[in-house]
Amino acid sequence: MEIDKLLELVKSYQPEAEIVSGKQFLTVTVDKKNLHQFAKQLKESDETRFDYLFCQSAVDYNDHFVVVCHIDSTKYRHQLVLKTKITDRENPEIDSLCDIWNAAEFHEREIFDLFGIKFTNHPDLRKIFLDNDWVGFPLRKDYVDPVNIVER
Amino acid sequence: MNMEEANIQSLIEEQEFTINMGPQHPSTHGVLRLILKLQGEMVREVKPQLGYIHRGIEKMCEKMTYQQIIHLTDRLDYFSAHILNEAVCLNVERALEIEVPDRVKYVRTILDELNRLASHQLWWCAYGMDLGALTTFFYGLRDREKILDIFEETCGARLLFSFNVPGGLMYDIHPNFQKRIKEFIKYFRKKLPEYDALLTGNPIMQERTIGIGYISKEDAINYGLTGPPGRASGFSCDVRAHQPYSAYPFVKFNEALFTEGDTFHRYKVRIAEMWESMSIIEQLVDNIPEGDYSVKMKPVIKLPEGEYYQRVEAARGEFGVYIVSDGNKTPFRMKFRSPNFCNLAPLHILSIDQKIADLVAISGSLDFVIPDMDR
Amino acid sequence: MGIKSMKDQDFRDNETLDQFKKSGSGILLSTVDALINWGRSNSVWPLTFATSCCGIEMMATGGSRHDFARFGIEVYRASPRQADVIVVAGTITNKMAPVLKRLYDQMAEPKYVIAMGACAISGGPFYFNSYHVVRGVDHVVPVDVYVPGCPPRPEALLFGVMQLQRKIKLETIGKKRNKVKE
Repeated sequence: MEIDKLLELVKSYQPEAEIVSGKQFLTVTVDKKNLHQFAKQLKESDETRFDYLFCQSAVDYNDHFVVVCHIDSTKYRHQLVLKTKITDRENPEIDSLCDIWNAAEFHEREIFDLFGIKFTNHPDLRKIFLDNDWVGFPLRKDYVDPVNIVER
Repeated sequence: MNMEEANIQSLIEEQEFTINMGPQHPSTHGVLRLILKLQGEMVREVKPQLGYIHRGIEKMCEKMTYQQIIHLTDRLDYFSAHILNEAVCLNVERALEIEVPDRVKYVRTILDELNRLASHQLWWCAYGMDLGALTTFFYGLRDREKILDIFEETCGARLLFSFNVPGGLMYDIHPNFQKRIKEFIKYFRKKLPEYDALLTGNPIMQERTIGIGYISKEDAINYGLTGPPGRASGFSCDVRAHQPYSAYPFVKFNEALFTEGDTFHRYKVRIAEMWESMSIIEQLVDNIPEGDYSVKMKPVIKLPEGEYYQRVEAARGEFGVYIVSDGNKTPFRMKFRSPNFCNLAPLHILSIDQKIADLVAISGSLDFVIPDMDR
Repeated sequence: MGIKSMKDQDFRDNETLDQFKKSGSGILLSTVDALINWGRSNSVWPLTFATSCCGIEMMATGGSRHDFARFGIEVYRASPRQADVIVVAGTITNKMAPVLKRLYDQMAEPKYVIAMGACAISGGPFYFNSYHVVRGVDHVVPVDVYVPGCPPRPEALLFGVMQLQRKIKLETIGKKRNKVKE
């Protein structure tokens, strides 16, 4: 489906989302409270049919986090980038997308382990790479570890 | 029932017990720890534990320049080292809007396919060994050494090449490159039917793999199971066909797709891919265009601000590189979408109600490389 | 391609390692020593332990082109109780270090360790800026032979095995070999 048609459709589903086009993929930023319902709509609607989540990650811009989901459609072969901003650095929380795409399960565990972002309604949220008694979240920008890291 | 009969009855009833298939194990292909809940020999639950080779590569990348990151991506999935290097180079070239010469594209694709062949050969030899056929170990390694000779002559290394740089290749190809590849293809075309004769038609192998570990197409798409396991279930996920890069737009090849989705067809997809790789190399090796082997780049590479994503087809599935740049010479955030990490997710639904020996066959057919999972 | 081989006299004539030899064992004991050391050095059986990329070069060394069965490394034992040498091939992380120590402790004397690859010697390419890598496996277990390279060629690993054989030939059953104090 062409980018313009997709843009129109997305605007009709979520009028107050910020949309950036002209880059590599169409990027849609939504609010935390609309995320789950919008994602479900993107997957189930016949015109968009985004059924394949190929990458979910988080980025730490020094005062807020952004959770980024890259989704693809096997029927129409179009892609979309779904972003959500989390401003709370003490207790970051966001809805889990596991019931929509099962691929999100491992990705969200990784984000919880390395960034500390909690996902509500996740079936099994626990650390995946680091030991259970590891203190701190390594991929945050303010992570300091004089014991383990040799700086260069 | 009196006391004695009740005791005997409780002994006969199978209880569930939890067993550890620990990080050091001959069949887990690396440091993967599986916690199995067993009832007799039937597997009831599989919980993988990762992190035994987590080296923190994504955090390290935030302090390294783009040319240094290429050497780190080698060590992720070391069987597709060339393909992963290419992913980072393509991403940087896309961000800087550089068009590389055609010669570079052809050589990159030929080396990609050779790398895929070498990786599938090693998979075949290790898979046969898992199932108990030790002969396949020596056959596969014998043929793989011939490919590694070609790599050594051109790229200088056997396993971790770092031959791609942003802008092209590190040096020009060796004058013997085309001759050696043609000799190898002629040799291997005669040897690959031997592989079929040894393992594919073997009744023991067929008993152990047909009908075991079934996953449907919808589940494969939902879990993000790409690469040969996804294609065995009917999920057409080949990045070379849908989002072609390098010289793939210039070649014709068929995507190996089956619908049965069991272990035997995951095996057959890889054998079919080996045939396809040879045909792609034959289409390209005679027509390498003349030209430069690299575009002149500045010594310090700074990407413009923004986000860039590149998808390539590694030997095990779809590999993605996601760069968030803020204009400096090091990336702000670098994320690797690794195929093995996503292929591990459906392991528990593939192995419910199978025996432990089947679990070994299933995880061998999914073909894990653990450092890629843990990054 | 190919590495120049070593002359047999040079291989047997080893001044550096001779410094470790304590002299004065007597003629009976030195003949028995020679016999036992010949048996032990020519059949070191390793444990199946490969963490990352160096493990593949170790497998390639076992293949048919560079065959290490001709050096006595006949079979890989899956259980540490039955193994003689542990070839630490690959990076050791903070989470894996206790597992390696436990495996080393489970092995029976006499046991040896070969540190293969840059990651096992000193952390390798992951020395700087990584938060989860042990910088050198000699923080965890005592190492006998270091084989540098990233990954070392199969011929380099074979040279490392030959060095280990020379080291074993110097042992004597009169005294215990130098053990690291716990």
